[in-house]
Amino acid sequence: MRDTTSALFEFLLRQGDNALVLGHRTSEWCGMAPVIEEDIALANIALDLIGQAKLWLEYAGEQEEAGRSANDLAFLRDAYDFRNLLMLELPNEDFGRTIMRHFLFDAFQVPWLEALSESSDQRVSDIAQKASKEATYHLERSEYAVIGLGDGTEESNRRMQNALTDLWPFAGEAFRDDNIDRAMHDAAISPLPSMLQPVWKIKVQSTFQLAYLTPPDSEFAHSGGRIGFRHTEHLGHMLATMQFLQRAYPGATW
Amino acid sequence: MADKVAPKSHASGKFSDPKSEWPLWEVFIRGQHGMSHRHVGSLHASDTEHAIKNARDVYTRRNEGVSIWVVEASNISASSPSDKGPMFDPSRDKVYRHPTFYDLPDEAGNM
Amino acid sequence: MYAQMVKSTGQAVRTRDDMTVEERAFQDRIDRGEKIEPKDWMPEGYRKNLIRQIGQHAHSEIVGQLPEGNWITRAPTLERKANLLAKVQDEAGHGLYLYCAAETLGVSRDELFDMLHTGKMKYSSIFNYPTLTWADMGAVGWLVDGAAIMNQVPLQRTSYGPYARAMVRICKEESFHQRQGFQVMLTMARGTKDQKRMAQDALNRFWYPALMMFGPSDKESVHSAQSMAWKIKMNTNDELRQKFVDETVPQAEFLGLSVPDEKLTWNEETEHYDYSEPDWSEFFDVISGNGPCNAERLKTRKKAWDDGAWVREAMLAHARKSRARREAAE
Repeated sequence: MRDTTSALFEFLLRQGDNALVLGHRTSEWCGMAPVIEEDIALANIALDLIGQAKLWLEYAGEQEEAGRSANDLAFLRDAYDFRNLLMLELPNEDFGRTIMRHFLFDAFQVPWLEALSESSDQRVSDIAQKASKEATYHLERSEYAVIGLGDGTEESNRRMQNALTDLWPFAGEAFRDDNIDRAMHDAAISPLPSMLQPVWKIKVQSTFQLAYLTPPDSEFAHSGGRIGFRHTEHLGHMLATMQFLQRAYPGATW
Repeated sequence: MADKVAPKSHASGKFSDPKSEWPLWEVFIRGQHGMSHRHVGSLHASDTEHAIKNARDVYTRRNEGVSIWVVEASNISASSPSDKGPMFDPSRDKVYRHPTFYDLPDEAGNM
Repeated sequence: MYAQMVKSTGQAVRTRDDMTVEERAFQDRIDRGEKIEPKDWMPEGYRKNLIRQIGQHAHSEIVGQLPEGNWITRAPTLERKANLLAKVQDEAGHGLYLYCAAETLGVSRDELFDMLHTGKMKYSSIFNYPTLTWADMGAVGWLVDGAAIMNQVPLQRTSYGPYARAMVRICKEESFHQRQGFQVMLTMARGTKDQKRMAQDALNRFWYPALMMFGPSDKESVHSAQSMAWKIKMNTNDELRQKFVDETVPQAEFLGLSVPDEKLTWNEETEHYDYSEPDWSEFFDVISGNGPCNAERLKTRKKAWDDGAWVREAMLAHARKSRARREAAE
């Protein structure tokens, strides 16, 4: 029983950290987007993700039974305790790369959250149902932009192709099953991530066709983020910014 | 906003290439309460689908709507102000179309 | 945010005798409280002034995203992060509504951006001040939005229809901004010793810049009479500033913070606070480009715009290609 509980805690951290880290990265765009309408749209996505992070981490804190709140988990863990996908912690760089990352993630998130909506764990199912609606819209938007920017001009196609080439080796991490995933699968809390890879592949490939983009012919996938073994150097810098106030003024109420 | 049909006398293209600016769209939203679509504002977008998406993000941030119409501003025909008299005055004296025309005793209740 | 009237028309009000028949009819409509709509006849001066004022107002919203945006990635809790992001997002939205209102006067949004980027159009002086601690998020919401609201509420009755309608929407959405800021300030003022120090420091730095937001004193200000006659400007700078001081001082007292003005006293006779004028030479420095952050703010905006050029072009190119493909298929 204890094992399932701690596996569930890990599982919830993975969901929460994905949303938190990508939400944070997306929020960095505020005031900087190519056009006001996109600025507002990106802020909506960031707000959705921050909201999701809060729900997942709250539940994680309750599962852990160590009295940690969502904010404690977000602001007082160091990099090696984070469980997000590596792709999500990479810096934004240009708008094209930001959109490509969203698309690769959203295309996973939509079937994943749909599956989690059927979870045997009521709370997981509730959060997933709410997040699923948001993710569906995120995917609509990121898919539309990937096609538009891939098709658009020579320059935009080149930028999108570069983004895809750079991010592709990070996209596969989401589908690598481990013991936590197997425990969740056994408890009917979630499917195995690997089970979703075929659906994801069909989705991204059909989109890339419309966008005149070609993913690298490689199955290689970096790993280490969702298992927390080895993050990129970027996460530490992100946390240094994000956690500054909580770290500099311990115990203060904000 | 509305009536985006004024001649662009100053859109000379001197500062920016007008061909590179996304067209302007007018946005109409129907809220939860069964009222008809109402003009809420405008925005820029590259095409219809994009305009609907942008409208969703810009104009329904506070749960304002359940249905969105967008129309490219250049496709709207509007009456001109000089028509104002003949177009709208005829309805001004048809007060019987307005509920307050009908004076009812309070006891009749709210209608 | 809002439009800061440093100079208005630069002309005195035209008397009825000087007016043409059209101008007189136009002024009569305004005096009757009718709204002027895009296709209506309007004097060139009215149109030009509106473009400048609405444009300035819109630019203030967009540049105004930056000082608060500076703290989104450092917000101390998930809730604060979401609140701040939603608020800065609203500012982008308000900029968008205002640009659209200006567009009805025959100027394109890209042209307006260009005028911002080349320094031909200004934005509010307040956004050229840096945000240094988290308490500044409180001070900006409480003081800067507080001052902006005072300016914006009367503008809902402004004579130009699209501007008035944009202001109605903006005021409705903005009601949470000042409260959000005050709540941050309150939490800090009731917090640890460090937090209280930060709160006081933020008030010290933002008090006078907030007073400057209303523009120079009416005594020195270039004729705003024509703008008032046209109901583009609804109150004098000093009226609004006094109202702001009268409302804000008790709030500062409630917070347990002291307003950095030794001369500040309640005047029984006038039933208003007497207060020290801000340093107007600083104001004119900031307005003319020498504020602490002018260069940086403009550089940031320009960079965002330039970096986004390929995206704007590509989406348009895609739209054209798709249309051509659709037409070819038909």
